[in-house]
Amino acid sequence: MEVRVVVFPGTNCDQDVVHLYRKLKRFSVETVWHRDSELGGSPDLVIIPGGFSYGDYLRAGALSRVSPIMGEVKRFAEKGGRVIGICNGFQILCDCGLLPGALLQNIGMRFLSRFVSVRVESNLSPMTEGIEVGTVIRCPIAHFEGNYFIAPEDLESLEENNQVIFRYCSPEGTVNAADLDSNPNGSINAIAGVCNKNRNIVGLMPHPERSVEKLVGAEGAESGFKLF
Amino acid sequence: MRVQIIVRLKSGVLDVQGKAVERAIESLDLLEVSSVRVGKVIELEVPGETLSAVEGELEKICSQLLSNPIIEDYEIRKA
Repeated sequence: MEVRVVVFPGTNCDQDVVHLYRKLKRFSVETVWHRDSELGGSPDLVIIPGGFSYGDYLRAGALSRVSPIMGEVKRFAEKGGRVIGICNGFQILCDCGLLPGALLQNIGMRFLSRFVSVRVESNLSPMTEGIEVGTVIRCPIAHFEGNYFIAPEDLESLEENNQVIFRYCSPEGTVNAADLDSNPNGSINAIAGVCNKNRNIVGLMPHPERSVEKLVGAEGAESGFKLF
Repeated sequence: MRVQIIVRLKSGVLDVQGKAVERAIESLDLLEVSSVRVGKVIELEVPGETLSAVEGELEKICSQLLSNPIIEDYEIRKA
């Protein structure tokens, strides 16, 4: 398995992902700089990690779309390549149109840095293959713009096509979008992550890659490791 | 010619920043205000003196980069 991790100026979760794939999964991993115009080799998976690419100037994820590497990522994804976007990576994939919807500012107008529970809603995605639907994963969030939004008519088709991959939930797995304790950023339908129609691109706001080792993971809960 | 581009959240999209600013204005105890929306102004210098000559390309700049059409509207005007 060959993995590429895309790094923009301001990306800060790339090494978490590199550690996870190189040290824990023993995959071949290379980082790719945003000005590179090739992913190199023949990758099976591309990760857009979290951070604050371009300082979140203009809009979170907005300026990264003009980076040369994003053209390559698009071509890779259009050929069916598997792409995962985490946090800012999710914002980037939504902003450049590879994933549906957009991320608004958190409903409470605060940067949120805490643990959340997320429920796996579909196992037809690059992150959830082989995982039982309903599995609850405990991992951190760290974002200011994580409030998932999509126009009502598109929300309907998103739900119909089963493109919601993760929802925020209580530690017991109950989803209640109006409950800001379990759905802290106010996301519509408590959506924490979605995939595209072809189901080869997935993005989510929570950081399962920060919850893959006992030392920093959530005690007594399913770790994020199984998502990788 | 100097051009001003105003980017705003669409009317149906919750503007949490606008809500917070509205509450802050209320606390000043001055004029009663409502429906506060916060947007962005981007100013740029473009060639020529008429908007119509550059409008097509400005539209592309706005829809492809300066705004996210899913959540935002934009307005182009001469500064």
